[in-house]
Amino acid sequence: VKPRTATVVGVGETAYARWGGLADVTEYELALQAIEAAVADAGLQLHDVDGLASFADDRNDAVFVAADLGLPELRHATMSWLPGGGGACAAVANAAIAVEAGQAEVIVVYRSLCQGQFHRFGQGPGARRDDGRPPGLRRARSPLDEHAAFTMPFGMLSPPITYAMVMQRHMYRYGTTSEQMGNVAVRFRDHATRNPRAVMGDQPMTLDDHRSSRLVAEPFHLFDCCMENDGACAVVVTTAERAADCAKQGAEIVASAQGNPGAFGHGQYVNVYLDDDLYTSGGGQVVARDLFARAGIGPDDIDVAMIYDHFTGLVLLQLEDYGFCRRGEGGPFFSETSLPMNTHGGSLSEAYIHGLNHVVEGVRQLRGESTTPVPGAETCLVTSAAGVPSSGLVLVKVP
Amino acid sequence: MSELRWFPDAMPVPAVSPVTLPWWRAAAEHRLVVQVCDACGATRHPPSPRCPRCHAPGSSWRDLPGTGSVFTFTVVHQAFLPALAEHVPYVIAVVDLDDSDGARLVTNVVDGVPSTVCIGDRVSIVFEDMGPDLAVPRAVTDVGAPDR
Repeated sequence: VKPRTATVVGVGETAYARWGGLADVTEYELALQAIEAAVADAGLQLHDVDGLASFADDRNDAVFVAADLGLPELRHATMSWLPGGGGACAAVANAAIAVEAGQAEVIVVYRSLCQGQFHRFGQGPGARRDDGRPPGLRRARSPLDEHAAFTMPFGMLSPPITYAMVMQRHMYRYGTTSEQMGNVAVRFRDHATRNPRAVMGDQPMTLDDHRSSRLVAEPFHLFDCCMENDGACAVVVTTAERAADCAKQGAEIVASAQGNPGAFGHGQYVNVYLDDDLYTSGGGQVVARDLFARAGIGPDDIDVAMIYDHFTGLVLLQLEDYGFCRRGEGGPFFSETSLPMNTHGGSLSEAYIHGLNHVVEGVRQLRGESTTPVPGAETCLVTSAAGVPSSGLVLVKVP
Repeated sequence: MSELRWFPDAMPVPAVSPVTLPWWRAAAEHRLVVQVCDACGATRHPPSPRCPRCHAPGSSWRDLPGTGSVFTFTVVHQAFLPALAEHVPYVIAVVDLDDSDGARLVTNVVDGVPSTVCIGDRVSIVFEDMGPDLAVPRAVTDVGAPDR
């Protein structure tokens, strides 16, 4: 390990609550609290922090964060362009790149979401129309707006609809079933029941519960969809050299990757215009290839995985993208594998913080702090959202 | 112009740019068109400023027959807009458009029972007039089509 190798040394979060559950505090205040918690976990002080990173239209501007936390200097501030939950690992990657390049020493990556105070994330432009004007054309404000014209007027209004259509095609091509998707929901909920932070920790789930939950967009039932939450989390990235003096064991970022096959994400991220093989994938092929090449390992070397779980079915697609099983075999593979995944409960059952909480859990797992520990786990894969341009990390336990 | 109406006025309205306006103008005239690259002849949808295959900017518009097959679909049960509360469940389908060299259209299958839609179903495009200058393509099942 080189002295400047990027290492995660601290993780932290606020309380996680259901939509609107943290109404007395601003989303921005939650971001500040999560950053403070992660820095404290690392055994560092706020005056050690000289960089900030986030992703996907974060409302909680790093420049304000730096001022309000009294950082002596802000030397690096980045926000990944990758949309929605695709950018969580990319934000950590951008922090790692900056630290390794000597642009900053201690960078905090943060994400705060108060879904109760803002509109539903992923709801497309023009989704709310209450101006009383007669229907007609209007001028596009962005390429996204322009593409949304070919989905929104048809009622394709929210991510569960978009990805229901992907899974419908996957079921048609490969025989994937709703029960196989239910297995994902049930297993992650089981993990959540041991995690005091998990929003759904007090509500065990059976396959029957999954099957009888209301339909949102076929084939997705309610329990195929992640929650919408209030809460924030953060991770602290620094050099291996600094990590040696931190309070707890670190997790080395041995590889990071971000991106997508060229046109993936096209058409307001709906991908319906793409080749069938690409459409029925999670789009993680480029990230998977680069990530494993950079880490010098393969899927078989992964001890525990945090797979972005906005929708149950897309967990299965990522297992295919990342080469844990062959294309089309995600459903049966999930049911049979002993690979531990989303030991915190994931976005389906711990909290929906755009997958930055998956990085938090990856670090806890390697430190032996998880509430569903994987004995001897040394190598952890973390993925960000499938179905959009995305990113991933391989974390390794620092001895 | 048809009197057919399926969706409420409060549906999101299309945002257009100079690149996409010709497609929506054609739709207002109840014509389904596809953008064709002047340089290499490749089609593309939705309309975009350059050909993704040969990178040339010039393009023209070709009329399509307005038939196709369901590539994928979903039956939406949750009303993500208050105005849709009376309209769920509704079907969104992606249609492989005939004679389009690979173009697909997001649309709605508006006739029949939502639970009977299947991948591969043959459909015909019809237009719903939503306003004076706005018509939105929808799909009806076309049971008489030969290659069903």
